[in-house]
Amino acid sequence: MVHEWALAEAIADYVFKTVPSARRVRVTIRLGELQAVDEGILEFALKEIMKSEGIECEVILKREDCVLKCRRCGHEWLLKDATLGEDVREAIHFVPEVVHSYLKCPKCGSRDFEVVKGRGVWVEEVSWG
Amino acid sequence: MSVARGDPRLAVIERRLAGVARVVPVMSSKGGVGKTLLSCMLALALSDRGARVGLLDLDVTNPTAHVVLGADLSKFPEEDRGVVPPLVGGVKFMSVAYYSGENPLPLRGWEIDNVVREVLAVTIWGDLDFLVIDTPPGIGDEVLDVLSYFPKHEPLVVATPSPLTVASVRRLLKLLTEVVKGGLIRLVENMARDDSRAIADLAGEFHVKFLGKVRFDEDVDRAVGSVDALRKSRMYEDVRVIAERLLRECP
Repeated sequence: MVHEWALAEAIADYVFKTVPSARRVRVTIRLGELQAVDEGILEFALKEIMKSEGIECEVILKREDCVLKCRRCGHEWLLKDATLGEDVREAIHFVPEVVHSYLKCPKCGSRDFEVVKGRGVWVEEVSWG
Repeated sequence: MSVARGDPRLAVIERRLAGVARVVPVMSSKGGVGKTLLSCMLALALSDRGARVGLLDLDVTNPTAHVVLGADLSKFPEEDRGVVPPLVGGVKFMSVAYYSGENPLPLRGWEIDNVVREVLAVTIWGDLDFLVIDTPPGIGDEVLDVLSYFPKHEPLVVATPSPLTVASVRRLLKLLTEVVKGGLIRLVENMARDDSRAIADLAGEFHVKFLGKVRFDEDVDRAVGSVDALRKSRMYEDVRVIAERLLRECP
C-alpha cells in the first residue's frame, strides 16, 4: 500500500484528537497539486481507518493548483507549466519541498522560490453532529 | 458543528514514534565538530550491541549521513502504509537525500519545518530501542523541531575543546537545560587530541553528564562510504565506549 495510507492515518488521528466522541464526521481536505496525492487511495484509506474505529466518514476533496513565486525577481508561475520527469514527480510526491532541488525560476534561474499555494494535504474542515 | 482547519501531519507523529524507546538527537551549535560521523557510528555501535536502531538525517538542506554510510540513493525507500526506512549496516536509515539526491536543496525556515513534519508523519520506524538523529549546526529549525515534535529525547551534545566551540556549545546547553529535564542531556568530546578538561568542565558547569572523549582519528575519512570500514576505524573504538555508556544509562 502506497504512502497515501500514512497521510490518511494523519488525517484520521487529527479527527480523533479534534472530535474524540463523534461517530459521524464530514472531513473536507485540500490537496495541493504539488504533492500529487492519489485521491482515490486517500479517500479509500481514510474511510477504512474511520470504519475500523466505528466512525462513519464523508470525505470531500478539494484540489488546489500549485502556484510558485520567485523570491529573487518576483516572477509567478504555475507548476503545470513546468516539465518534470516521472522520477522527479515521485520524489516531490514524498517530500514536496524537494521541488527546490529540481525546479528553478523560469525567468531568472533562481531556486529561491516560494510555493504560494497548492503544496500538500491540509484539513479544511471537520464537521460532526 | 465544525472546527477550524489544521495540519494533520502533527497529529500522527505520536503514533509514528510510539514504538521508539529512546530518541537521541546528536546536536552541536558549532559546525565541523563531527556530528554526522558520530551519529552514524553511534547508530552502528548500538546496533552491534543488539539494539534495534534507526538513524534519521535531519540536516535537511545539507544531508551527508548517506555519504558516511554509503547508502544507496538510486531507488526510493519501499512503501508499506508509509515509507519504510531501508536497512544500512543493520540500521534503519531515513534521509531526505533519498528524494533530493545530490542536488542543492535551498529552503527557508518554514519549508524546513514542512520537510521535518512530512518525514516524521510518513516514516514507519516500527519498534526501535534507539532513534539517533543527526542534526545540523546552529540552533535553528531542525533543532527546535526536535525539541517540539519529539515527546521525549536525550540530547547528545558534541563539542571539541576549541574556545570557539566551547563558546558556541555553551549557548546550546543554556537552551537545552531550560527545556530538557531529568538529567537526560549528555556531552561528548570529539576529535580529542590531548588531556584537555575543557569539555568535562563544561559538562560540570551545566550539571550534564560527560560521556567521554572520542580521540581524533586522522584516518577516519578513508572509512567514509563503507559501514565495514567505519566499524574497523579507530574512532569507532571510542564511539563503542560512548554507546556502551548510553546503553547503561537507561532512563
